[in-house]
Amino acid sequence: MESLLALSIGVLVATSVYLMLAPNVLRFIFGLVLISNAANLTIFLAGRLTPGAPPLIAEGAAAPAKLVANALPQALVLTAIVIGFGLFAFALVLMFRAYTTLGTLYSDEMRVAEPRENDSI
Amino acid sequence: MSWYLATPLALPFLTAVIAFLARHFAAGRWISVFGNVLLLLAATVLMARVRGEGVIAAQMGGWRAPFGITLVADYLGAVMVVITAITALAVSIYALADISERKEYLGYHALFNLLIGGVTGAFLTGDLFNLYVWFEVMLISSFGLLILGGGKAQIDGGVKYVTLNLVSTILFLSGIGLLYGLTGTLNMADLSRVVPEVENQGLVTVVAVMFMIAFGVKAAVFPLFFWLPASYHTPAFAVSAVFAGLLTKVGVYALIRMFTLVFIGDVAFTHTILLWVAAFTMVTGVLGAAAQNDIRKILSFHIVSQIGYMIMGLALLTPLALAGAVFYLVHHIIVKANLFLIAGVVERAAGSTELGRVGGLYQSAPWLAVLFLIPAFSLAGFPPLSGFWAKYVLVAAALEIEGWIIAGVALLVGLLTIYSMTKIWTEAFWKTHPDGINPTLNRIGPGDRRPLLYPIAGLAVMTLVIGFFPEPFVGFAETAATQLLDPAQYIDAVLGGTG
Repeated sequence: MESLLALSIGVLVATSVYLMLAPNVLRFIFGLVLISNAANLTIFLAGRLTPGAPPLIAEGAAAPAKLVANALPQALVLTAIVIGFGLFAFALVLMFRAYTTLGTLYSDEMRVAEPRENDSI
Repeated sequence: MSWYLATPLALPFLTAVIAFLARHFAAGRWISVFGNVLLLLAATVLMARVRGEGVIAAQMGGWRAPFGITLVADYLGAVMVVITAITALAVSIYALADISERKEYLGYHALFNLLIGGVTGAFLTGDLFNLYVWFEVMLISSFGLLILGGGKAQIDGGVKYVTLNLVSTILFLSGIGLLYGLTGTLNMADLSRVVPEVENQGLVTVVAVMFMIAFGVKAAVFPLFFWLPASYHTPAFAVSAVFAGLLTKVGVYALIRMFTLVFIGDVAFTHTILLWVAAFTMVTGVLGAAAQNDIRKILSFHIVSQIGYMIMGLALLTPLALAGAVFYLVHHIIVKANLFLIAGVVERAAGSTELGRVGGLYQSAPWLAVLFLIPAFSLAGFPPLSGFWAKYVLVAAALEIEGWIIAGVALLVGLLTIYSMTKIWTEAFWKTHPDGINPTLNRIGPGDRRPLLYPIAGLAVMTLVIGFFPEPFVGFAETAATQLLDPAQYIDAVLGGTG
């Protein structure tokens, strides 16, 4: 299971790097979504895949009765997903605004803030 | 105990909420100023505590140390919080005149205080994942501030800023995941104890390099700095001042923290990389600045070059070098924020920040010229201003361990910095205005003049104080460096009860 997950993380990262190298910023955003999910899976995998019961402690007991799953990486991943989603939403809107105000989706053509030497401002 | 640590963290968020609710009224901007006065008070109290008791820590929610989230303040953390509060106060006063009502309505003051909250949190947290969260708080509010108003150049710069910073965030997150997988803990003090016991030290070094790249993007070091000069000259002046002062320095702080506390197993490898990075950062930054013709673009490239000095202090890893890095951080934040604020006044008085389209300021606004000279010469390292002592300590530290090359680079870059500063001086202040305008300060509305000039004067006075009485500041930086190099105190304060 671990190796399967590790492989799929690898595929995700490879795909996203390919997408992020594209000059089209929309592709970059899609790459970003994939790679942030790869990072989330990395955390999940780093916490070890323990096939155990949910980490719940019975009422009155001090410790769980049997082997339970590690709850911490799940909490971390959950936080990271929420943050990642917020950032993705922002980035998507930003790219849309960039398209409407700058008229292009290609990063090479976005030269308003850093005009070339011979461009007239 | 936790009260001292939590207050500087809670205040900016409280201010942000109230300022957001009051964004329709003129009171909103005063709430921001008032909130930052309180923040400065809270930060000073925290500082006094740290001076009295050494490293202090608090466990949030009553969870014992490596399990819960810890807030820690050592000398470095405390001084960074104080300097954050000073910058925030100066910029919030400046914003009274600089931020248009439309931007206020869009939530400028709320975003600004959220940003300050994120920065403070990053300086005070003792937990790696929590540091990630603070970075995100900081990042998302800086996104908002950067593109607030939606000008063409802002959107353009914003695209580059957002994309590159998001890549760094992902690297940071993956690094956290792998480090957790190796050690089973994310508490920084606990990591400092556990990391040397990890069997596979090679993997630790790999993770260390991931962190180096992730924080390197935030700190804008060579060759990861391209987002900075692409975006810092586009937003409102108050925004670019607070960015210039604080944001990259959080990256430097994170680098210093991680590479003195956690990743010190393979110093020969990691800190050698850092030393090369420092040299290249200094040189490329200063050369980039020489090619620019806009005040804010020149200053942006100088941020990059100055970051190199701080990384140099970290890379040398001697007590004196680290003290130099800490001193440099403090001096640089004040000076850099001030220069961007002055750029704003130059635009208001003379109509532009493009060097070809301004001039005559020395003639018509001599006091502004003096106020520019202080931080500008301090940045270049003229004695007896604060930048001179910062560079002096760093170069002395390099010579002490016979790092002739890096010392030479540092001195050379100092010289080249003078070139850029004289360029701004001759073009904006000395030559006559190309359009024949007489750019007196009277061109700024009378109500706007005070809020624009008081913070600049205040920060300039601070530069002078550090310059003329450097001894207590250097002594302080030396104590901070001792604490960084001997993390036992830090670890004890955090894990004391459980160790």
